[in-house]
Amino acid sequence: MAEKIIERVAGRACVVRGTDIDTDRIIPARYLRCVTFDGLGEHAFRDDREQAKGDHPLDDERFAGAKILVVGENFGCGSSREHAPQSLMRFGFQAFVGGSFAEIFAGNCTALGLPCVTLAGGDLAALMDSIDLDPSQELVVDLVARTVTARIGSLAAGIRDGTRKALLEGSWNATNQLREAGGAIEAVAEALPYTRGFQG
Amino acid sequence: MSPPRSLFDKVWEAHTVRELPDGQTQLFIGLHLIHEVTSPQAFAMIREMELPVRVPGRTFATVDHIIPTDSQLRPLTDDLAEQMMVALETNCRKHEIPLFDPASGRQGVVHVIGPELGLTQPAMTVACGDSHTSTHGAFGAIAFGIGTSQVRDVLATQCLAMAKPELRRIEVTGKLGGGVYAKDVILHIIRRLGVKGGVGYAYEYAGPVVEAMALEERLTLCNMSIEGGARVGYVSPDETTFAYLKGREFSPKGEDWDRAVAWWRSMASEEGAAVDDRVEFDGAEIPPTVTWGIHPGQAAGVDEPIPQLSEIADDDRPAFAEALDFMGFKPGQPIAGTKVDVAFIGSCTNGRISDFREAARVARTGKVAPGVRTLVVPGSQEVARQAEAEGLDEVFRAAGFDWREPGCSMCLAMNPDKLVGREVCASSSNRNFKGRQGSPTGRTLLMSPAMVAAAALRGEVTDLREIL
Ligand code: SF4
Repeated sequence: MAEKIIERVAGRACVVRGTDIDTDRIIPARYLRCVTFDGLGEHAFRDDREQAKGDHPLDDERFAGAKILVVGENFGCGSSREHAPQSLMRFGFQAFVGGSFAEIFAGNCTALGLPCVTLAGGDLAALMDSIDLDPSQELVVDLVARTVTARIGSLAAGIRDGTRKALLEGSWNATNQLREAGGAIEAVAEALPYTRGFQG
Repeated sequence: MSPPRSLFDKVWEAHTVRELPDGQTQLFIGLHLIHEVTSPQAFAMIREMELPVRVPGRTFATVDHIIPTDSQLRPLTDDLAEQMMVALETNCRKHEIPLFDPASGRQGVVHVIGPELGLTQPAMTVACGDSHTSTHGAFGAIAFGIGTSQVRDVLATQCLAMAKPELRRIEVTGKLGGGVYAKDVILHIIRRLGVKGGVGYAYEYAGPVVEAMALEERLTLCNMSIEGGARVGYVSPDETTFAYLKGREFSPKGEDWDRAVAWWRSMASEEGAAVDDRVEFDGAEIPPTVTWGIHPGQAAGVDEPIPQLSEIADDDRPAFAEALDFMGFKPGQPIAGTKVDVAFIGSCTNGRISDFREAARVARTGKVAPGVRTLVVPGSQEVARQAEAEGLDEVFRAAGFDWREPGCSMCLAMNPDKLVGREVCASSSNRNFKGRQGSPTGRTLLMSPAMVAAAALRGEVTDLREIL
């Protein structure tokens, strides 16, 4: 069973500046008290937004309806909670452009079919400024061409080869792919002495 | 003769099912641990895909994040928490997964109970929907924190799709000074290498300081690998590891034990094994360390001041300004002497028996300062029993500390234990992110458990070496 093929995400963008924005800020722990991911969208950046009293980019009308979130370095560091990308996805974001992403966060995004692409520092700063000046512009995150295109031009975008391939081929739901190994899974298990309790 | 190899390479190879078309490795997972927060959605996903749990005997569950630490009587007073608890119970019953709940007598923080039950063993692959799964690396296991979709992958296939990280060996040479713990070592490493310095790496901790560490200290060290950006951190197994495991509930017994030790030895890192990067620290230079900012890399020795702007790299300046603004601190201000409102001892970083013994040594020397709220929270029921058998609970109570039931407690405040307003908390946990301890404006200073106890007695951040 293949998933949706993701070649490009096009839409307006929202800029959240700052480095090392951790998952506790993306979704504070008290909103993890739930047994489904439904309804998490409204809690995205909840505390930051409340403290900013309407002055947070996610509440900025100029960015309303944005599909692409543009962020700084080491975005999504901290906990493994998939609630973080889930809440951003449910808020409306379908792709992330940033300086760099924390590993577990990026992996969780891939598992949801949300590309995370990186830009060189100068390009990222220029892109952020340009979006701030003109939030109405459309961005295209293009996985085929490995670019992010905006009013300032076409910028080279980084993405891990394997991740790109999985998104392009619609094989980002790993469960299906892993199941294809069939009995090879049990064969590896049986060769590991601990699965037999080290019995002789 | 074949070239010497690292434990990491050997374990990776032994667990490889196949190379996936996208270049990742399909890895078999030897031990899967689950808890109430990140598993219900994964069970819902396999239900939707109409898949069973592929290998039920390799998944174990506990409840830790939401559990209250005052009364664990059911139903829990928080409806949402009760719902999560019921979901876990239902899923475990349905899929025949052992659940270590409070009634079992083996409940605790997932990264405390895996080790103490002997579930975590050397040369295994371990996965858990929790970023601090790196903790289990203390045994020489390769342990990954994963997201919920990956929990689904493991439930459905007992495998993960993983890109193989590079290997960095971090050697801590020499000897630690008095009052310096594994917590200080890892805070120091993160301070030096940065919070994203480990992205893309697995960390192998080695060198005389690490070799001399007790297993519980190694757990603290590996626990915070993720705070340094490394998803995996481990210590190659040795006699300390084997001695710790011997006789634990799930440890092999009799002749099986001998075969296990032989296999574990064969999987250990060999002298001269190739690594992709190598970093060295001198143990003697590591001070008792305290964070002053909003991520674990923003730390200083307790006798040092908060840095000046001029000492901060250009790129880090906005983050520096944001941190000081949030914390209400000034550049160059000493960190010792900072007033604290709350003292929290516990968590998967420092909620083990040795942590409470060290903190109790400090607690014996005085009384909690007036106005300081304290929470002393054992990492598991087993830790609580042991501490109580040693009379540590009485030591804490006599000094005015609040001794509580096991759980994650104020490490992340998904339960009733929370900071209020802008309270400053001296905490033995692992994250000082904004809002982490339950108040959006609450402030966290990370440090070792003994340092937290010292801060509680004096009502301010204190150099432990003045007390002990
Ligand atoms: S103690 Fe803290 S870090 Fe550890 S598992 Fe619980 S919440 Fe996570």
